[in-house]
Amino acid sequence: MKVSGSIRWVIIGEIVIPILLLVFGIYHGLMQALYRAGIIKEMSVGGIEYYQGLTLHGVINAVVFTTMVIVAFGNAVFLYHLKKPLRPAVQWISFLMMVVGTLMAAWAMFAGKANVLYTFYLPLVAHPFFYIGAALLLVGSIVPLFLDWTPNYISWRREHPGEKVPLAVFGVFVNHIMWVIMLVPVVITVVFQMIPLSLGLISEVNPALSRTLFWAFGHPLVYFWLLPAYTMLYTILPKIVTGDGKLYSDSAARFAFILFIIFSFPVGLHHQFTEPGITNNYKLIHALFTFGVAVPSILTAFTVAASLEYSIKSKYPEVKNSLFYWWARIPYISLEGDKWLVSYFMAGLLLFFVGGITGIVNASYNMNLVVHNTSFVPGHFHTTVGGLVTLSLLGISLYLVSKLMGKEIRFKGLAVLAPWLWWQGMLIFEYAMSVAGMHGFPRRTNAGISYLNPESPLYRPEWVGYAELSAFAAFVIVLGFIFFAVSFFSTLLSPRVREDILELPNAEALHDEKAPALNRLTPWFAVSILLFVISYIPALYDVTKRGVFFDSPGYNDKNPVPITKPQSSKEKSKETAKVE
Amino acid sequence: MDRAEKSAFITAVVFLGFFFGLLVYAAKGLNIDIPTCITDVKPFTQGQVIQHAPDRYEIHYLAKMWYFEPTDVEIPVGSTVDIYLTSGDVIHGFQIDGTNVNLMAVPGSVTYARVRFDKPGVYHIVCHEYCGIGHQDMTTKILVKGGEQK
Repeated sequence: MKVSGSIRWVIIGEIVIPILLLVFGIYHGLMQALYRAGIIKEMSVGGIEYYQGLTLHGVINAVVFTTMVIVAFGNAVFLYHLKKPLRPAVQWISFLMMVVGTLMAAWAMFAGKANVLYTFYLPLVAHPFFYIGAALLLVGSIVPLFLDWTPNYISWRREHPGEKVPLAVFGVFVNHIMWVIMLVPVVITVVFQMIPLSLGLISEVNPALSRTLFWAFGHPLVYFWLLPAYTMLYTILPKIVTGDGKLYSDSAARFAFILFIIFSFPVGLHHQFTEPGITNNYKLIHALFTFGVAVPSILTAFTVAASLEYSIKSKYPEVKNSLFYWWARIPYISLEGDKWLVSYFMAGLLLFFVGGITGIVNASYNMNLVVHNTSFVPGHFHTTVGGLVTLSLLGISLYLVSKLMGKEIRFKGLAVLAPWLWWQGMLIFEYAMSVAGMHGFPRRTNAGISYLNPESPLYRPEWVGYAELSAFAAFVIVLGFIFFAVSFFSTLLSPRVREDILELPNAEALHDEKAPALNRLTPWFAVSILLFVISYIPALYDVTKRGVFFDSPGYNDKNPVPITKPQSSKEKSKETAKVE
Repeated sequence: MDRAEKSAFITAVVFLGFFFGLLVYAAKGLNIDIPTCITDVKPFTQGQVIQHAPDRYEIHYLAKMWYFEPTDVEIPVGSTVDIYLTSGDVIHGFQIDGTNVNLMAVPGSVTYARVRFDKPGVYHIVCHEYCGIGHQDMTTKILVKGGEQK
C-alpha cells in the first residue's frame, strides 16, 4: 500500500535517527571492551570518560534505539494490517517529542553531566535534562497508542464483527499497552524523586524505594523489547523462509502473548535478590513468576520451530520424512528476494537460546548469588536485547527503509553476513563474560586502570584471558555492525528504483481457531494489573517502613560530598552559630 | 492448539516447576539462602571488626565512595563471620570472591550474611555496583590465616 507523504517521513525518521545514534552507541560498546581488557589504561579517551561512554552505550542502544524503532514498527503494522490512515498531527507530535527528548538526554550525557549509567540509580544524580529528556522520549512513544492505534483498533473491530485482529496488530497492541502499564512506576520515581532532587527542590530521597520502582519497570521493559521481535518471528519469519510459508498455530501465538500480559509484571524483585530491606519470601514469589514468564518464551520457541519445519517441509517434499535434515534447507544465507531477512531472525534466535538459559540462571533466587552484578549479567543480556531484539530491529529497519523509500537493498551480501558476524561475536562475548563473571569479574567497572593493570596493586591476573577474549569478540560484533551500516546507508542514499510502498510479509496460520477468550484483552489486562499491584504491595511496604522521602542526599559521580547537602548545611549553620 | 503444542506447554511447565522446586529445597532445606532482610538494625556510620570468640567474628562494613571500612581484615581459618553492610553515600556492591556472599549496600538500610572460611587464603572483595568515578579502585580483602596460630 501507498503511505501518504508526511507519515512516511515520520516512520523513516523513527528508523534513521536511532540508527545514526547507534553508531555512537556501538562505538562506546567497543571502547568498554577495550578499557575492561586493560588494552586502554585510561580514565577517558577522546574526551569521553569510561562511565560516560558506558552511559551512552546503554541509553542509546537499549533505550533510544529500541523505543524509536519499536514505535516505527508499530506504526507500520497498524497502517499495513488495518488499512486505516494514521493521523499526521499525532505522529509528528510523537516523533518530535521523542527526538527532542533524545537530544536533551544526549546533551546531558555528552556534556558529562549524566554519568549515571542507564539504570540511573539514586542517590547518584544527573542533570535535570537527562531525566526530562528521557521522560519526553517515553511519553512521546506512547502518544500513537492512545491517539492513533487504539481508535483504529476499535473502529476496525466494529467494522469486522466476529473477526480476529491480525496477529501482528495483536502483538504490537498488547506490547504497547504493557509499555504504558510498566511506565507508571518509573514515572513515579522520576517525577517525584529524581527530577525534584536534581533540581534541588528536595534534599533527600529513599533510594531503596526508587530502586524498587525502577525495577518494577526495568524487567517488564525487556518484554517491551522482546515482543516486537516475537511478533516478527510469528508473522514475518515463517512467510519469508520459503516465500509462502505458514505460521503453525495462531492460537498458540496469542496464548503466548496473553501469558506475557499476566506474568511480565510481578517479576522485578528478581533484580533485587541481594538487597536489604525486602523480605526474602516476596523475592521468592517474584522468582516463581519469573519462571512463569519463561513459559511463553518456550512456547514461542516451539511454535517458531514448528512453523519453520512445516514451511520447509511443504516446500521441499524430499525432506518431508527427515527429523533433522530440514534444518539444512532454512535459507540462513540467501540473497533471493526477501530471504536476506531470515538471517537476522535465525542468528537472533540462536543467540536467544543462550540468553534464555542464562536468564533463568539469573532469576534463580539463590543461584543469583554467584552471578549477581558480575559480568555474567551483561553477558546474558547481550544475547537477548543485544541479540534477538537488536538483530530483529536492525533487519526490519533495513526492510522498511527499502520498501518505504522505493529502493533496492545495496550490498545485500554484507547485509546477509552482518547478523552472522554479530552472532559469532556475541557468542564468544557471552562465553567470555559469563565465565569471567563466575570468577567474580564485576560488571560496569573500568578494570583497565585497576584490576587488569599489571602495574596496579589491585591486579587480578585470573580475569585477563576472559577480558581479552571479550575484546576480540567486540571487534567481531563491530565488524558485523559495519557490514550492516554499509548496506543500510548505501541503500538509504541510493537512487529510487521503484514506487515507495509499505509492505510487510504476513504468514497465514495453519491451525487457525476462533478462540474468543484469547482475543478479549480487557479481562487479561485487569488480571495483570491486579497481580502487579498485589505482588508489589508487600515489597513497597518493606522499603518505606522507615519513611517515604528520607534517607539519602544526592551525589554526583565525581565527589564523595553530597550535592544536596543536608548534613553539611546543618554543620555550617552550627559553625556560624558558634562564630556568632 | 494441537496435541504437540499442548505437550510442549506441559513439558515447559513441569520442567520449570521441577527446577524451581530444587531452588526452594536449596534455599529452605539446605539453607543456601539470599541475604537476610534486616529492618531493625540502625545504619552504622563506622566500620569495625568485633571478635566474639576465637572463631566467631562480626564485621561491620561501611561502603563509601570509594573504599570499604574496615580495610583488610585478618582472621584465623575456620572462623564464622557475621557480615553487616551498609552504605554511607550511594549504592555500592559487595562480593567476597569464592563465597556465596553477594550483597548490595543501600544507604539507609543494613544487609546481613553469614559465611564460614574453611580454607586459608586471600579473599578479595570488590564493589560491583557503579558508584562514581573511583568505582574501579573500590576493593578490600579478608586474609584467612592457616592453622598454626589458631
